[in-house]
Amino acid sequence: MPKLTIDGIQVEVPANTTILQAAESVGVEIPRFCYHDRLSIAGNCRMCLVDVEKSPKPVASCAMPVNEGMVVHTKSDRANKARGGVMEFLLINHPLDCPICDQGGECDLQDQAMAYGFDRGRFAENKRAVKDKYMGPLVATYMTRCIHCTRCVRFATEVAGVPELGALGRGEDMEITTYLEGALSSELSGNVVDLCPVGALTSKPYAFSARPWELRKTESIDVMDAVGTNIRVDARGREVMRVLPRIHEDVNEEWLADKSRHACDGLAYQRLDRPYVRRNGKLAAVTWDEAFDAIAVKLRGAVGSRIAAIAGDLMDAESMMALKDLMTGLGSQNTDCRQDGAAVDPKTRASYLFNSTIAGIEQADVILIVGSDVRREAPVLNARIRKRSLRSGLTVAVIGADTQLTYKTENLGASADILAKIADGSHPFAEKLKNAKKPMIIVGMAALARADGGAILSAARQVADSCGLVKDGWNGFNVLHTAAGRVGGLDVGFAPGEGGKDTRGILDAAGKGELDVVFLLGADEIDTAKLGRAFVVYQGHHGDRGAHRADVILPGAAYTEKDGTYVNTEGRVQEAYRAVFPPGDAREDWTIFRALSAVLGKTLPYDNLKQLRARMVKANPVFASADKITAAPWKSFGTSGAVVATPFDYPVKNYYMTDPISRASRTMAQCTEEFVLGTKQKTGTHG
Amino acid sequence: MSARVMAENQPESFKFRAEFLERAHRIIAKYPSSRQASAVIPLLDLAQRQEGWVSRAAMEHVGEMLDMASIRVMEVATFYTMFKLAPAGRNHLQVCTSLSCWLRGSNDVVKACKEKLGIGFGEVTPDGAFSMEEVECAGACVNAPVVAVGDDYYEDVDYASTGKLIEALRRGEKLPNHGSVTGRDGSAPAGDKTSLTDDPTIKIPKQDLAAAKAAFEKAKADAAAKAAAPPPPPPKPANPAP
Repeated sequence: MPKLTIDGIQVEVPANTTILQAAESVGVEIPRFCYHDRLSIAGNCRMCLVDVEKSPKPVASCAMPVNEGMVVHTKSDRANKARGGVMEFLLINHPLDCPICDQGGECDLQDQAMAYGFDRGRFAENKRAVKDKYMGPLVATYMTRCIHCTRCVRFATEVAGVPELGALGRGEDMEITTYLEGALSSELSGNVVDLCPVGALTSKPYAFSARPWELRKTESIDVMDAVGTNIRVDARGREVMRVLPRIHEDVNEEWLADKSRHACDGLAYQRLDRPYVRRNGKLAAVTWDEAFDAIAVKLRGAVGSRIAAIAGDLMDAESMMALKDLMTGLGSQNTDCRQDGAAVDPKTRASYLFNSTIAGIEQADVILIVGSDVRREAPVLNARIRKRSLRSGLTVAVIGADTQLTYKTENLGASADILAKIADGSHPFAEKLKNAKKPMIIVGMAALARADGGAILSAARQVADSCGLVKDGWNGFNVLHTAAGRVGGLDVGFAPGEGGKDTRGILDAAGKGELDVVFLLGADEIDTAKLGRAFVVYQGHHGDRGAHRADVILPGAAYTEKDGTYVNTEGRVQEAYRAVFPPGDAREDWTIFRALSAVLGKTLPYDNLKQLRARMVKANPVFASADKITAAPWKSFGTSGAVVATPFDYPVKNYYMTDPISRASRTMAQCTEEFVLGTKQKTGTHG
Repeated sequence: MSARVMAENQPESFKFRAEFLERAHRIIAKYPSSRQASAVIPLLDLAQRQEGWVSRAAMEHVGEMLDMASIRVMEVATFYTMFKLAPAGRNHLQVCTSLSCWLRGSNDVVKACKEKLGIGFGEVTPDGAFSMEEVECAGACVNAPVVAVGDDYYEDVDYASTGKLIEALRRGEKLPNHGSVTGRDGSAPAGDKTSLTDDPTIKIPKQDLAAAKAAFEKAKADAAAKAAAPPPPPPKPANPAP
C-alpha cells in the first residue's frame, strides 16, 4: 500500500487508488466536473489539476494513480492557477444565463466559478451556440451550456446499459446527442439530469417551476416499485415539486427510476379530497361523520366472516396494521395485501424476501431469473445486475420471454415447466447452479401470481435446496416484488388468518354474494367487477378503479403526505416522513381507521404514531430495527402441485403506468405515448 | 474548420462488395475476438474507399459487423476529419493551407483550384468529377505547398502546376508521378546542396575486428592475472607530518 502526503497529511491507500480518491479519504476536496465515483474515469475536464512535487506539470488527479512517496499539494498557487485557467476556458463558451437556467443554485459550474472564476472575461470573440437536442419527454436540453464532461454518455453506456448517447464531432464542434436524436430509451434516463454538472440537461417536467432554495426537502421512501429507493421530496407550499434520489449504498446507490422521479405530478390530479357516499347510484360528497355512519349502518350486526379487506400496493405498514387490527376487532380473518394473488407463504419470511439482498447481487456469479421483467419491475435493481455484469464471471439465465435486459442473458425458454426440470436436475442449467459459488434465483410476480404459483414457489425452493443456493452466509433464494407495500403488509400479518380468505377467495365470495362489506385500502389493481353486490368501502388517495366501484370513499394520504414505514423487497424497514399535508379533508390513513374504530365501538388501542409503531414491533420484531437486514430463517414453504407448462405473463405491461399516482400523471402519459405506444409525433412546437 | 455535418440524403442500405468484404474479414481477424471494435477505423476507411464517403447506413453496417452500438461508430466517423460524411467527387482535392504551405504560396494553389474547378471548399463540381477541401497540415511541410488527390501527394505545386494537374485529371490521363512536381529528389534541396557538401565517398578506414577482439581478450586476461597476484605493499606516506 503506497504512502503519500496530501496537503501535509500522511495517508496510506491501496494501490491503484487515484490521487483524487486518496484526497477524498482524508477529507481534502478537489473540484471536478467529469469525474464521478460511479462512472468510468474520463479525465477530460481538467478541473481536478493538482500540484505533485517533482512533476513538471500539474496533474489531473482523477486519473493519476498514487505512487509511493508522492507529495501532493491541492491548494498551492500553481494548482489554483491551473484550475483558474481551466475555469476560464470552460466559461469561454458557456453562456451567462444563470438567471434563467434551471440548474441555478445547484450548479457545479456556478459553485466552482465562485471559487476559481476570474472576475471578468477576456474573451472578446463570439461564443459558440449549439442546437438543442431531443432526448424524450423527461430530459430537456440546452446544449450551448454543455461543457463536454461526458458523464451522461458514460452513464447511459455503463449504468443504464443503453448505448444511445454519444459525443459527435471534435474540438469546438463536439456535440452530445442521442443516436439520430431519438428519445433516451432507459427507465433510468432521469439520472442524467442529476449527473449533469451544468444546466445542459435539465428536467423537462420541472422546467422553470421552482428554485432550489425555495424548496422544503423531506427524506422519504419511494413506493413506485418494491426496491425502496431512498428519495428526497422537494415541496413548495402544499405542492410536491420534484423527487430526487438520496444515496443509500445498499439499496439504490444514487440512482432513481424515471417513474419514481417523474410521477409526482400525478399527486396533484384525480385526488380524493373529501369523503363520498353513494346515494341512488351516484357518489355524493359528505362529511366524515356521515361517511362513518354509512359504514357503521352496514357493519351493525354483520358477521365477521362476511367482512373482508384488501390492501393495495402503495400502502405503508402503519395503515395496514391499523386495518388489520380493526378487522380482527370485527372478527374477520379475510385480509390480504396481495392484490395479484402472489403465492408466497405469509408465515415464512424467507419465502417472500429478496434474501441475497440487493447489494448481494454484486457477489453473485450465476443468476436465474424466473418470470420477472427486472428492467421494468425494478429498474434500479436491474442496474445493480448490470453493474455486476460489467465485471467478468457472471452468467444470467432467464425463464420467460426476452425483454431486452441491459446485460447478456441466456434464455432457457418461456415455459414455466423448465423450472421444474431444473429442480429435478434433468435440465443442464442445474449443473451450472450447483457449480456456482454464489448462485441466485430471482422469482418474479409473473411466476408467483398464477394459479399454479404455489407449485412454482415450491419448485423454486426445490431448486434452492437441490442446487445449493442456500449455504453458509448466503441465501440465493429471492422474490422480486412489484409492490412497495407488499413485504410490509406480510410483515404486519395482513394476510388471511385462520380459515380466512385470500384475494382470490375474497373476490369469489363477493361475486357469489357471500360477503357484505369489503374494505379496499388503496386497492386499485383488482378486478372490481368481481366484487358483485358487496358494500365496498374504498380508502385511498386517487379516484382510480377502486374509487369508481366504491359505495363509501374515505380520502387518505399519498406516500408523500404521511409518516410511514415501508419494507422493501429485501426486508429492509425504512421510514418515510411527511413532506406535505394531504389535500382537503383527507387524513393520514391509520388515523381514519382509529376514528372509524371508535364509531364502530371497537376502539383501536393506540392514539399516536408512537403507540402504533410499538404495536407493530409487537406484531413483528423486524419493525424495531430500521434500515437493517434481518436474515430470515430458512424454513419449509410452498405447496405441492404440478407446474403448468405455459409461458409467464409479465405484470408490468406499461412501465410508466402501474399505480394510481402514475396513471394520474401527465408526464407519465407523455412517456407512455413516446415509449410504449410510439404514437408521439414531432410537431412544429418541438424544439 | 467548420462543423462537419452529415449529408441530408442518405442511402437506404450499405453492403461491402465481395472484395472489400474479404479485406474487412482479414482486418477483423487481426484483433482478439473480444476486441473487434479496434477494427472500426480501418473498416470505415474500407467503406469510404468503396462508396467514396461514409454514409449512416455504412456506419450502422460496420457497427453490426463489430458488435458496436451505432452511436459509437458515429462518434469515430465524425471525429476523424478524413472520413467524408457527404458524397465527394471522383477526384478529391485536399489543399493544405497551414503555415508552411501558406508561406510557400498555398493561396495561389487555392486560387488555381477555384478558378479551374469553379467550386469552393466543401463543394462538388456538378459533373461529380471533382471536390475540394481545405485541410490542416498534411505533414509534407518540406515540400510545401501540397495538394493531395485521393491517396497521392503532389508537392512543390504552384499556380501553374496545379492548373496542369487538374487539366490532366480532367482528361483522365495517367497521373504524373506523385511527389515533387518540380522533380526534386524526395525532399532534398532544390538546386545545389547548401550543407553536407563533403564527398560522401571518402574512404573510412576499415577496422580489423579480429585484431581488436584479440587485444580486448588480452587486456582482460592481464587484468585477471593482476587481480590474482598478491596486493602490492601499502604505499608509504609521501610526506610524514613533521
